[in-house]
Amino acid sequence: MQRRDFLSSALALAAASTLPAARADVVSGGQPWEPGKASVPPLAAPRQGGLAFFTQAELDMAGALADRLIPADDLSIGGKEAGCAVFIDRQLAGDYGKGATLYRLGRFVKGTPEQGTQSPFTPAERWRKGLAAIDAYCGRAYSKPFVQLDASQQDDLLHAMENGTLDLGREVETKELFEQILANVREGFFADPLYGGNKNMASWKMIGFPGARYDFRDLIGKKGQKLQIIPTSLVDNTL
Amino acid sequence: MAHARPKADVVVIGLGWSGSVIAEELARAGLKVVAIERGAWRDTASDFPPSVDTDELRWATRKEILQPPKLETYTFRNNASQQALPVREWSNLTLGYNVGGAGTHWAAASWRFNPFDFQPYSKTIERYGKGQLVPGLQVQDWGITYDELEPFYDRFERIAGTSGQAGVVNGDIIPGGNPFEGSRSRGYPTPPLVPSRWNDIFTEKTTEMGYHPFPVPAGTISRAYVNALGVHMGPCTYCGYCQLFGCGNWSKSSPNACVVPALMRQPTFEVMTETEVLHINKSADGKTATGVSFIGKDGVVGEQPADIVIVAAYQLDNVRLMLLSGIGQPYDPRTKQGVIGRNYSFQTLSYAYLWFENEYLNPFINTGCLAIQIDDFNADNFDHTGLGFIGGAGIQSLSNNGLPIGMAGVLPKQAPAWGKGWKKAFQHSYQNWAMIQGQGTSYAHEAMYFDLDPTYKDNYGRPLMRMTFDYNLNDKRSGEFIRKQCEAIAHAVGGTQVESYNFANDHYTPFRANDSSHTIGGVVMGTDPKTSALNRYQQSWDVHNVFVLGASSFPNNGGFNPTVTLGALALWTAKAIREQYLHNPGPLVQA
Ligand SMILES: Cc1cc2nc3c(=O)[nH]c(=O)nc-3n(C[C@H](O)[C@H](O)[C@H](O)COP(=O)(O)OP(=O)(O)OC[C@H]3O[C@@H](n4cnc5c(N)ncnc54)[C@H](O)[C@@H]3O)c2cc1C
Ligand code: SF4
Repeated sequence: MQRRDFLSSALALAAASTLPAARADVVSGGQPWEPGKASVPPLAAPRQGGLAFFTQAELDMAGALADRLIPADDLSIGGKEAGCAVFIDRQLAGDYGKGATLYRLGRFVKGTPEQGTQSPFTPAERWRKGLAAIDAYCGRAYSKPFVQLDASQQDDLLHAMENGTLDLGREVETKELFEQILANVREGFFADPLYGGNKNMASWKMIGFPGARYDFRDLIGKKGQKLQIIPTSLVDNTL
Repeated sequence: MAHARPKADVVVIGLGWSGSVIAEELARAGLKVVAIERGAWRDTASDFPPSVDTDELRWATRKEILQPPKLETYTFRNNASQQALPVREWSNLTLGYNVGGAGTHWAAASWRFNPFDFQPYSKTIERYGKGQLVPGLQVQDWGITYDELEPFYDRFERIAGTSGQAGVVNGDIIPGGNPFEGSRSRGYPTPPLVPSRWNDIFTEKTTEMGYHPFPVPAGTISRAYVNALGVHMGPCTYCGYCQLFGCGNWSKSSPNACVVPALMRQPTFEVMTETEVLHINKSADGKTATGVSFIGKDGVVGEQPADIVIVAAYQLDNVRLMLLSGIGQPYDPRTKQGVIGRNYSFQTLSYAYLWFENEYLNPFINTGCLAIQIDDFNADNFDHTGLGFIGGAGIQSLSNNGLPIGMAGVLPKQAPAWGKGWKKAFQHSYQNWAMIQGQGTSYAHEAMYFDLDPTYKDNYGRPLMRMTFDYNLNDKRSGEFIRKQCEAIAHAVGGTQVESYNFANDHYTPFRANDSSHTIGGVVMGTDPKTSALNRYQQSWDVHNVFVLGASSFPNNGGFNPTVTLGALALWTAKAIREQYLHNPGPLVQA
């Protein structure tokens, strides 16, 4: 078998990617399973303290946005306290932020709504440009940055973004930006605390989701009943 | 630079469901089989143990084991007058990209098609006449009947360990099963799953309405089972991390759990992982294939010579590889000549979403396919006279989703998407939302097809495939008919808020939430080389040592998920190769 020379030559035609790579190999004569090997998620450093992508001002702004999208009330803590901004910071530093899975070859032409986004920017670039554009707008309209607006002004601005009525300049698709911010904030609120958000599994307790539990054979018979399961998470990496 | 490997008897492109079952059949028959798989090796013990699997963000949101658009995507437009643009982000076609293919992360609804689905043309003409077909619809028979495929369905179920309740065995109707199904030679290998609360509500009301509910056959198996290849499977735990996830319990029917362990024991089999086939090579006279060219992830290009080439790279890549390799005449929608890229169909979905007031549906207790279905409006199970369409849908109460990121947007239309109002609405909706899905048939139309994109390229500078697709009049009418049935059931079960949708009422988009991933056709089997690329054995009419497996072979889609049918067809083709082709290599059917 010539697997060694097949594998050792390195003419890198394939575009470099940070996507997870397992064994490139010729496998035969049994399953190449090795004890003690587990496929753990790639996590952006730092996991405890410090910023991975955002500046402090951007982090504060992401936290303020998260607190309007998911405000504190008697159902749960707010998005900021839950760690949504920290979660987003780490996500944007990693493969997600870099757009590692996106098709990013040109030409970039605006299409029909059915054809989906044709943005040339990565999610990290969209956040950075988007936050700057929102703050520039707040500077013009209120002579203040977003974080210093009161809650109802912040809500008005978010409504205008959601409806696509706010013009954030040539480089920012307002509605797409709003949808991305909302999606990432929700992810931070609901993903396993492993990723830095969902502090104390607050969101799971709010809706009654049991989290990282893998066996319900003992409960499937209890149909239509409130189950009161105490949730479990994988690892807690919240600050 | 091209590195030539030793010649194999058979090269298999792609090691998903189709590729793994045929590789196992042919390696067991003693042939030297080399599979080439673009994705990585994945197995239960390292990649999907319960301590790794219970992670919605990683697997369902970021889709870590799926094939990323960066690696290969397709361009899309609704009709030929538009410019097609690339699908840049994750779309609803969540393709497989590892040993096991999409069979690792599928939902495992394990259906046989209805007998009508194999002969839609002749059966429609016989019952209604040609006038039933809307203009431009490309409806044709498959060249194989349900009865011919039955033994292979049976074998596939014994490999997959399918759980279910038979409805018709040797012509006898069995209570509790699907009375409309094609007759089976015996029951399922394992009994049905325990239904969810939502499943029970649906069963009760649809029975009262005079319909015939039955459990959806499931590859999330109900109890421990040793399959036909001697592989052990464990019982499903209703963990709810199923569709888009691997299974940590060896409970989900998948190539990884059911086939690969047996296949890897075959001494004449090997698989090259993280290696992509670029194209199929042909002999100088173009009448046979000589093997395939591939590229490793390190960029090294190589050649794998083989006597038989099995194309099993999923529907989309099957079509693209045929176009890139110049096998079969590409379809031209203006002249309606040509076969590669012809007969593209999809899955016409209709839904009713409903909300109860004070339920505890406990949606986190589920499997990818925990459902009760009625087939009263599927296939030709009801009289279509005067309706202006053919086909229909399986209508099911599906309990397949309780994960919070995904469900956070599933709220009544008037509910806010954020803020305190959203929190309150979501807290209520999480336990009270249910869906009725009409999974509809789809028939090809002469204006909808695949070809190579003139503008956009892959990472190697080769054209992407271009999809030109929108719903046709038959889809719109059948989708509307099914939407009304779903809506009526949603009211009957006591939904206090009901929203219903016929997806075919809007233009198709690859980005619609809860849409299907089932792309069908493009290299179809049939009886006439003018309208099909393959004969009834899935053998190329033009290049006789090329066999193409997958849903690309289906001239139309049934009102079911496609996989058990394509698995049965892979076994059918394996038998034809073993028992006929090896003795006398050449066309198995004369054109
Ligand atoms: C989320 C989801 C849920 C689904 N649920 C169901 C369900 O409930 N029931 C059902 O019946 N069906 C379901 N399906 C569909 C089902 O997964 C497919 O029908 C089935 O996996 C197709 O099998 P296949 O062998 O044709 O292709 P795949 O399983 O996709 O395998 C193809 C393989 O080929 C590889 N490949 C592609 N191109 C190349 C190349 N050029 N060189 C080398 N390798 C290549 C790919 O990496 C892949 O591993 C679902 C699909 C998805 C995405
Ligand atoms: S629901 Fe069942 S089959 Fe699906 S992943 Fe969980 S244990 Fe496996």
